[in-house]
Amino acid sequence: MKNSIKVLRAANDLTQADLADKVKVSRQTINAIEKGKFDPSLPLAFKISKLFNKTIEEIFQEE
Amino acid sequence: MKDQNTSSCNSSSKELPQLAIWTFAWVASMALASFGPKFLWNDNQTLSLIAISLNVIIGIAMILANKKHFEKLDELQRKIQLEAMGITLGLAVVLGLAYSLLDQTNIISYDADISHVVLLIGITYLVATFIGTRRYQ
Repeated sequence: MKNSIKVLRAANDLTQADLADKVKVSRQTINAIEKGKFDPSLPLAFKISKLFNKTIEEIFQEE
Repeated sequence: MKDQNTSSCNSSSKELPQLAIWTFAWVASMALASFGPKFLWNDNQTLSLIAISLNVIIGIAMILANKKHFEKLDELQRKIQLEAMGITLGLAVVLGLAYSLLDQTNIISYDADISHVVLLIGITYLVATFIGTRRYQ
């Protein structure tokens, strides 16, 4: 699954550690999601989309 | 929606010393129960039974500490641990039973010892966790 977390994070001036802290996961998890190596659960996807004021579909796209 | 997986992964670091303390205590109690009868209390069965009971009680506390630690991990960390546990369980059962068969059929000259399987479990779990962690980096 592709996602635009890296772009949104940069636009909001957040580091991976900042984002990880805000959604209460490890920095490694954010890194794995950004690289498309790990697909987040629905609750985590909701948290991330809520944080960036976007819908899940706007952030995550099927490859 | 209730969020379980993303619950405070930062607090998992607080659980780690607890798990380390209980694991160390369990290893120490195992050493006491193993070597105590020969070196400390001259095969006194009552003292051996107390040492073994203590080992089991501390072991249960260690399992509970591990469960608590696992619950505090985030979803990726849980996935890595779960995959490592699955590989470890599979290998322990398959190779453990094959090892037992080697002993039963006298293909190996020595007795198959449970400690060898425990060693295999430990190494497999470590390697599988390491590979899993690297895979998601």
